[in-house]
Amino acid sequence: MNTFIKDRQNQILTKGKNDAAIACGKASVAGSVSQRACVFCGSRVVLYPIADALHLIHGPVGCAAYTWDIRGALSSGPQIHRLSFTTDLKEKEVVFGGEKKLYHALISLIEMYKPRGAFVYATCIVGVIGDDVAAVCKRVTRETGIDVIPVMSEGFSGTKKDGYKIACGALSKLIGTDTTFKAPEHSINILGDFNLAGELWMLSEYYKKMGVNLLAAMTGDGRIDAVRKAHTAQLNVVQCSGSMIGLAKEMKEKYGIPFMKVSYFGIEDMSDALYEVAKFFGSDEMMQKARMLVKDELSKLLPALQKYKQELEGKKAAIYVGGAFKAISLVKALRLIGMKVVVVGSQTGNQDDYELLQELCDEGTIIVDDSNPNELAEFVKQTGADLFIGGVKERPIAYKLGLGFCDHNHERKEALAGYEGMLNFAKEVHASVCSPVWQFMR
Amino acid sequence: MTVLTQILKNMLEHAPIIKSTKEFTATRNACKLCAPLGASIAFKGIRGCVPIIHGGQGCATYIRRYLISHYKEPVDIASSNFSEEATIFGGGANCYTALDNVISQYKLEVVAMATTCLSETIGDDVNFYMQNYRKDTELKNLPHFVTASTPSYQGSHMDGFHEAVASTIKTFAQAGEKGRHINLFPGFVSTEDIRQLKQLLSDFELDYVLFPDYSETLDNPIWGTYKRIPEGGTPISQIETCGSAGASIEFGTILNQGSLSGRVKSKNLSPTGAAFLEKEFGVENHRMPLPIGVKLTDVFFNTLEKVSGKEIPAKYKGERGRLIDSYADGHKYIFGKKAVVYGEEDFVVAMTTFLDEIGIDVVLAATGGESGKLEEEIRKYCPERWENIQAKNSFDYEKIHDWCLSNKPDLFIGNSKAYYIARELEVPIIRCGFPIHDRLGGQRIKHVGYTGTQELFDKIVNALIEFKQDHSPVGYKYM
Repeated sequence: MNTFIKDRQNQILTKGKNDAAIACGKASVAGSVSQRACVFCGSRVVLYPIADALHLIHGPVGCAAYTWDIRGALSSGPQIHRLSFTTDLKEKEVVFGGEKKLYHALISLIEMYKPRGAFVYATCIVGVIGDDVAAVCKRVTRETGIDVIPVMSEGFSGTKKDGYKIACGALSKLIGTDTTFKAPEHSINILGDFNLAGELWMLSEYYKKMGVNLLAAMTGDGRIDAVRKAHTAQLNVVQCSGSMIGLAKEMKEKYGIPFMKVSYFGIEDMSDALYEVAKFFGSDEMMQKARMLVKDELSKLLPALQKYKQELEGKKAAIYVGGAFKAISLVKALRLIGMKVVVVGSQTGNQDDYELLQELCDEGTIIVDDSNPNELAEFVKQTGADLFIGGVKERPIAYKLGLGFCDHNHERKEALAGYEGMLNFAKEVHASVCSPVWQFMR
Repeated sequence: MTVLTQILKNMLEHAPIIKSTKEFTATRNACKLCAPLGASIAFKGIRGCVPIIHGGQGCATYIRRYLISHYKEPVDIASSNFSEEATIFGGGANCYTALDNVISQYKLEVVAMATTCLSETIGDDVNFYMQNYRKDTELKNLPHFVTASTPSYQGSHMDGFHEAVASTIKTFAQAGEKGRHINLFPGFVSTEDIRQLKQLLSDFELDYVLFPDYSETLDNPIWGTYKRIPEGGTPISQIETCGSAGASIEFGTILNQGSLSGRVKSKNLSPTGAAFLEKEFGVENHRMPLPIGVKLTDVFFNTLEKVSGKEIPAKYKGERGRLIDSYADGHKYIFGKKAVVYGEEDFVVAMTTFLDEIGIDVVLAATGGESGKLEEEIRKYCPERWENIQAKNSFDYEKIHDWCLSNKPDLFIGNSKAYYIARELEVPIIRCGFPIHDRLGGQRIKHVGYTGTQELFDKIVNALIEFKQDHSPVGYKYM
């Protein structure tokens, strides 16, 4: 442990040993190999699934190249979001300014792809050379008639979380611009689901069965016009609280729309997400339908889970994901299949999230904020974990040390939300933990 | 699918407009990456080295993610985590903290720092920071330091790669009595290629320095315990001897020697590592394309015979013979097929030359690189058919896409990123080069030498046979 970075000691705690409040929300320490990205990344991942928008990255080539088709966020219609556009700034523009290039890029791309709106992401260098991105966006909006929204997400200007806020700010500019639309009764927005592997479609089907109408999803399978109408919903249901809670709060203030935090991972949280919505609308009929739905789903799911649970009973898991709310659901979901969580951490959790985690976890569980490969490898070794749940950057660490891995990040191709997702999750965890290949590695 | 078709239709309708829009300035699905990524790979080829990227946190994380998805390995790259303050007042403090933390956390031999668009634009001088750090630090047994200037607005990842190689050579190579050893600068090849090249040099009984050697650092065997620094890499003690080598062999003819496209500040091209050694220490440099295909591999082997004074070992004569034998067995299935080749410039030149010698028509040879030399090089190595080859610098995948819609190629040869185009056209794609993000084993693909060529040849022929077999109404059991 003594070769970890000293300044990070108060970002790691072990339940039962040192239960002081964890330090979080800090910028990463220079020289650490943080698993976090930057402000731009935060904005980009949140807005990425809006499928009929043009996403233009204003900067040199890298930022666009590394985020090309990066999420498994599906669209039922347009696919413009899966293309990677950049102004590809060269030294000439760095010296003399990139506004002209940005303007021409926008005009020609809008003409070519006919998007319903456009987001222009400012990268580090734009903040330094002082391009007036907002002015260019305004001009293009005037000339093309579509909303071109600047996303001032210079990488150095904070953490990934700040990027979320900036993205929410961009959405907020659109919300409320459809002034004629009237939402039907029992309409909700879902905030913070990105329709990875079609998860949103599953969720909206559940709600539909209960008689709840999904108005706007932000941003899974997102559409510019749906976002414009979002202010007419009666309720905001917020998942992945890290990225979207700010927007929910703002919409409450501005439009008086109440919000509730939910999670769609694991059967307890998933079912609560349905019941709470029914409770909110105060409809017995809706609650009845929700109960029926849950009963129906569980009668299929629980027997199917049994076989996996038997084989996974007592196995140990380490979790390191982006948002802490997801981590909380995962702890519960793993319990359901008989597994014990020995390490849990997130890139962007806040004080409340970590307190919840402390409450929820067993004695001896290591809880960590903004970790790095050295630490994670050490924790896994200390605790003898059998499974690691994380994203692409954690995968090789797990495999190198000979333990199973489950991808729970935004690149995954398997739906893990909802009841169907719980079964997929159990299958994936089982396939990795119970594989015979580990016999050669441990 | 209907919507996809709709988009496609829209794009088709607009295709002529793209060509006539002179002011069109966006890159769509870039066929290149940024310079710090290339530098990070090259630095990973130094033993005991942890690269640090001097810039925002995202640069290091994105590059790690991109490399991890190809190599399926832990890739530690630290960041100096620029904040708003660092951007305004300079990144010195962040640089020192990063050095402190990296040096104390990892037991490393070399710290290598690559700059970014951000740190270069605010005028940070990392060499100056390094000097200061060395002077002021209380830490003992400091590692070696090396830096590379790699703003992403200058060139592509290949410029970053060659800059890091050149900078390492300039920093460490020393003059000395001429030795019998040779230097091999293989450029950006796969980890399997590097292993194969090392074997080959050993079979010629040559002492050698191969740099950068990331064959292990980016492709380690399974570990019992986590290694903060993976094994492998070229040791600095070897790099020091580059200056006294008998000769250098350098793969690639374009390297970072292209135009100064868009450059304002530094008007000079920097020499490659091998060019520097030739100029400073008189180490003769044999520059040649990547040895892919019989012709280009022959060039490499002839040079090895010359510098080693030994005849080609029988093993390789056998490999060459079997390769040519297979050319006879497979030639009919590939003759006249129209291929699109894309990727890094030197990769495209070598791959095009290889395809040309087996009777495949390269209809489009495209790269995101901006040297402006692609056509000239292809003309040199495909003297008979170059006129039929569209050689395109500064291309992106959407330009390749647009081009293919009207030119209907039969197959794609290159990295995994053109998969979406091949899928749409329903033609095979033979994955090779970098990156391979959608398949296992990208790092183990062999390209160079007679055996590398053999593998590529078999894959290409079989892909076309499979395509025909799958589309045949009856299927068949013999080829």
